[in-house]
Amino acid sequence: MAKGKLLSTFTKGIVKENPVLRLVLGTCPTLAVTTMAENGLWMGMAATLVLLGSNVVISLTRKVIPDKVRIPAFITIIAGFVTLVQMLVKAYAPEVNDKLGIFLPLIVVNCIILARAEMFASKNKVLPSILDALGMGVGFTAALVLMGSIRELLGSGSLFGVPITSSFIDPMIVMILPAGGFFVFAILIVLANKLSGDGKKAVLGCAGCPSAAHCPNAQTGGCEEKKEGEQ
Amino acid sequence: MEKLFVSSSPHLRSGTGVRSIMLDVIIALAPALIASVILFGLRALLVTAVSVAAAVLAEYLSRKIMKRPNSIGDLSAVVTGMLLAFNLPVSIPLWIAALGSAIAIVVVKQFFGGIGQNFVNPALAGRIILMVSFPAQMTKWTMPLTSFSGLDAVTTATPLGVLSEGGEQAMPPLLDMFFGVRGGCLGETCAVALLLGGVYLVARKVINPIIPICYVGTAALLSLAFGLDPLVQMLSGGLLLGAIFMATDYATSPLTNWGKVIFGIGCGVLTMIIRQFGSLPEGVSFSIVLMNILVPYIDRLTRPVPFGEEGARQ
Repeated sequence: MAKGKLLSTFTKGIVKENPVLRLVLGTCPTLAVTTMAENGLWMGMAATLVLLGSNVVISLTRKVIPDKVRIPAFITIIAGFVTLVQMLVKAYAPEVNDKLGIFLPLIVVNCIILARAEMFASKNKVLPSILDALGMGVGFTAALVLMGSIRELLGSGSLFGVPITSSFIDPMIVMILPAGGFFVFAILIVLANKLSGDGKKAVLGCAGCPSAAHCPNAQTGGCEEKKEGEQ
Repeated sequence: MEKLFVSSSPHLRSGTGVRSIMLDVIIALAPALIASVILFGLRALLVTAVSVAAAVLAEYLSRKIMKRPNSIGDLSAVVTGMLLAFNLPVSIPLWIAALGSAIAIVVVKQFFGGIGQNFVNPALAGRIILMVSFPAQMTKWTMPLTSFSGLDAVTTATPLGVLSEGGEQAMPPLLDMFFGVRGGCLGETCAVALLLGGVYLVARKVINPIIPICYVGTAALLSLAFGLDPLVQMLSGGLLLGAIFMATDYATSPLTNWGKVIFGIGCGVLTMIIRQFGSLPEGVSFSIVLMNILVPYIDRLTRPVPFGEEGARQ
């Protein structure tokens, strides 16, 4: 694989195929833990670790795993790494474990990790899979930290726990409530679309889909058939 | 913008436009504005002015940034600003009022395509966001008419607040409530001014009376069923302001008469359920916004059958 291709395997996850903002995967932890920038950072790092481990193992075993049972096999591998990460966090950073709560073990069902296993690691060699995991991990972490920072700054008047505006502006509590999470999420998606687009209008269907390159349905007419009379 | 309108004859040209309708609404809101200045002092006018100015500015800037034609001339932003101000307590910090207007116009109206495209009433959505964001400032009620006694401000509870707290404080007499001498938001207290505005709007055929009548009627019937005084319930909170000026918003209320009946009854039921069983004392804004979201479904349910196609609706 050429060097430029390897580099783009890493960088595509940061904006162009950002897992949260462009592929809209893993939205549950994104909305739930980003009430503070710090939580976003920990969540992103934990998910990146799991993603790195699962991508490596799945890429190594991609010729061994039978196609028909690949999903249970992937989930088992992912669950193994999640257990590992959770034990590490519990042992060395119990306060992070308290902050992330249920969302730490729920990394098992984080769509980003399964999606990268299915779309990338099961079809590529180990080195590109590592780069893909790191790029996606950085993209996920960056999106979470950005979202957490905006929500924490507006909703609590602080950043990474340091008070900034709370002394002279009353914080908008709605920003740390779920509604504010959805709001910031939507605004960031708009921004990411603007940044990764080529200045043209948005395209619907496979042509405008960031996952099209890896999607088996893209060649056969797209995700869903058009139904007559439906809007 | 569509330039060509095709419809069946006969055709009638009327001078009515968005601007003239909005002007009528502003005229109808004027008595309540005057009442609020009398009741709560000149700061009521200041809050309204800031809110209106912020709404118009937000409309102008957002249209400019989105490269859409300027639309502040249709006066709808002025109405949104006024309605939002009427939903705020008089002691509200001015920047919160301005922020609420900006949210109402930019997020709720312009993000969804501008006038006629908003999925809920912008002023109410703005109020709800402020209510959730700044609960302390949004529930600091000032006693009306204190400016005449020489004091700066006296805090008080709203009648609904008194009721939900268990009635330790005295309720204002009914006649006082009718003239607006009670704690509450700027424009919601003076029932007589709101009714005057409502009558003007109905007389000018700007609003259809079905929604306000069904809304207030349902609320009154339900308060009887819950064992409450229907007159007190009708005159307290934002019920009249909401029923006359907010629930009748064209973009967010049903098209057909039966749809309007369902909409009004739904608003009334939700309002009384929130008042009686909810943790908040008042539920007018939430109930109207919830019903706003249901409007497309109500419209689909009550779609009229074309003449001669008796069994077509299935």
